[in-house]
Amino acid sequence: MASKQQANWSPYDNNGGTCVAIAGSNYCVIAADTRLSTGYSILTRDYSKLQQLADKSILASSGFQADIKALQKHLSAKHLIYQHQHNKQMSCPAMAQLLSNTLYYKRFFPYYAFNVLGGLDNEGKGCVFTYDAVGSYERVGYSSQGSGSTLITPVLDNQLKSPSPLLIPQETEAVDLVKDVFASAAERDIYTGDRVEITIVNAAGIRREYAELRKD
Amino acid sequence: MFRNQYDTDVTTWSPAGRLFQVEYAMEAVKQGSAAIGLRSKTHVVLATVNKSNSELSSHQKKIFKIDDHIGVAIAGLTADGRVLSRYLRSECINYAFTYESPLPVGRLVVQLADKAQVCTQRSWKRPYGVGLLVAGLDESGAHLYYNCPSGNYFEYQAFAIGSRSQAAKTYLERKFESFTNSSREDLIKDALFAIKETLQGEKLTSSICTVAVVGVEEPFHIMDQKTIQELIESLEIKEEEPTDQGEAMEERSPEAAPAPMDI
Amino acid sequence: MDSGKGLLASELDSQRTLNPYVTGTSVVGIKYKDGILMASDMGGSYGSTLRYKSVERLKPIGKHSLLGASGEISDFQEILRYLDELIIYDNMWDDGNSLGPKEIHNYLNRVMYNRRNKFDPLWNSLVLGGVKNGQKYLGTVSMIGVHFEDNHIATGFGNHLARPILRDEWKEDMSFEEGVKLLEKCMLVLLYRDRSAINKLQRRSDWWWWCFMEIGEVDVETRKDRSYLDSGDYEEVTMNKSCSSPRTSAGATLIAKITEEGITVSQPYALKTFWGFTAYQNPTKGAEGSW
Repeated sequence: MASKQQANWSPYDNNGGTCVAIAGSNYCVIAADTRLSTGYSILTRDYSKLQQLADKSILASSGFQADIKALQKHLSAKHLIYQHQHNKQMSCPAMAQLLSNTLYYKRFFPYYAFNVLGGLDNEGKGCVFTYDAVGSYERVGYSSQGSGSTLITPVLDNQLKSPSPLLIPQETEAVDLVKDVFASAAERDIYTGDRVEITIVNAAGIRREYAELRKD
Repeated sequence: MFRNQYDTDVTTWSPAGRLFQVEYAMEAVKQGSAAIGLRSKTHVVLATVNKSNSELSSHQKKIFKIDDHIGVAIAGLTADGRVLSRYLRSECINYAFTYESPLPVGRLVVQLADKAQVCTQRSWKRPYGVGLLVAGLDESGAHLYYNCPSGNYFEYQAFAIGSRSQAAKTYLERKFESFTNSSREDLIKDALFAIKETLQGEKLTSSICTVAVVGVEEPFHIMDQKTIQELIESLEIKEEEPTDQGEAMEERSPEAAPAPMDI
Repeated sequence: MDSGKGLLASELDSQRTLNPYVTGTSVVGIKYKDGILMASDMGGSYGSTLRYKSVERLKPIGKHSLLGASGEISDFQEILRYLDELIIYDNMWDDGNSLGPKEIHNYLNRVMYNRRNKFDPLWNSLVLGGVKNGQKYLGTVSMIGVHFEDNHIATGFGNHLARPILRDEWKEDMSFEEGVKLLEKCMLVLLYRDRSAINKLQRRSDWWWWCFMEIGEVDVETRKDRSYLDSGDYEEVTMNKSCSSPRTSAGATLIAKITEEGITVSQPYALKTFWGFTAYQNPTKGAEGSW
């Protein structure tokens, strides 16, 4: 028999990546870097971790790429069925509940995916939902998930946990903050880098921006 | 009193080589309000007549979106039509899940026909009482198919099914040669004219018809009532002059009916 | 149940792949002006023994796709059987629709991911290239279903050794000749470095038979004459011309190309190698005391 070269086979891998979402009064910013890694290797520098699931909901996920893709496709298919049955787009809070149920359905063989769902709710207010791999979730004002979240979350706490709703940033300020936190995370987290993809959802629709990050 | 001995279940042949239950199912298609379809190189248009059962009720939906590239119009038992539409939708979703590309129209139609065929060969089943016009677009171009309860299917340039569809067919037969190169707009106009034929003098309004389009760069969608009403009005002005009293051809000639599977 | 014995028993009569037996090494693929180029060798290793020397690991799939595989050879051949069935079924419709590289890549991803979900993986890294309707496509799938597209792709060791070269030197719309040259450079580096210890690599050169697939237009003879060692990054290594190596063409490698016109898979041919580097002749120099 050939000698055992591989360590025990694992059905999981961590392909890294960082996701951030910030909700404003009438907008939502959802962002993720585009690096895909395995171990100390980079697989590709241009892989989008964002998926538009409905008119006004965008999902950012990091973790195991194969699970993430399966999850995204599953949700998109569910949304298609929803549209056939209800003749409308799913709202972001409804999508949030669906995502939670979908994750929990695989509670004992989980999707290794760390998700942030952002978009606009039925009142047009920005909303962010943050998850763990097995589906517990919470609506928050901002969130970060993935390999760089330990570096980013405290900065977002410091900048955004405001005592007054009047201090919630304007759209452009939020976008600039996202660019800064990603540039910072890329300094220390080897799984974050190459490029950050930023989507902004507001009443006018969806806008997309990119910013370059460290490539080493 | 004469009683047909060979029509009590689907699996029994008549000595003349016919399956009466299947033919009765095809009869149900003729009872339903009309549905027509026609296609050019790039577009397919479906149109239906909406008849409500009572003054107090609304009409039933007769055109269903299956996927971005496929839609169907039905005539016959609407309930059966809905069930089949759901089947078609799930087939499209499953295909897209595996290949991330749209299911070719012709292949979907064959799957549908095979499903209908099973009902003609099982003692505990009944054939679907619905005819479907399947309109779609794929790499080999625009397609229009007719799916019959018998499990047969045909590809058409233009076709009409349902009550008084013969009048529409006559109209389409007269004009189909030009359809291949028709513009999208002309195709819609011809669809409205064909629908008008089935109304037998009744006034065509947007409230009694539904029109849907699929084509290159245009996902399948049902056109909104306002647009249709405007189109109808623009057509009526031209229509005003030479109105010959619409051919009142009864399509159901009871005598000497050929085995209807071959239509 | 005795848990210790139970665990052992489940390993012994497992019906699932716990480790690979005969494996193929890296596959490298790039996009170029007219389509995709792919390269691999023809070796099948049984652990560290080179067991098979003419395993084809680049295969045409239908009209528009080309598949390269590293990892367990038997699993790859099983995958080929799935694809054969798929393509035949697709052709049977005869309706003007056909599965392109994108569809095949997605299908393969579903196969790999489903098997990992059953804890019964197909032990391969696959590279799928193709052209359909003027659209170039190059993607990869791993044994657990990780998949992506890129302008250049390399599996296994190739991801460490070939992709840095590709990132440096690959550019959009390379000519066929440039593409082949770039792939040969990658394969040569892999030939020299795919085995961590130098003495093993040297021994290996006896039987290591790289094979690029032949591609029509390029003359095999001219390629044999090429030396990529006398240019670029490898110049700094001293070449000992006085040492006449008996194995100047140790490695045969294959290249395959796919364009809108079709797929060409070459005959195996040898890469020109040179084993007279002083570093090879005196491997411990500068590493005193290490081994």
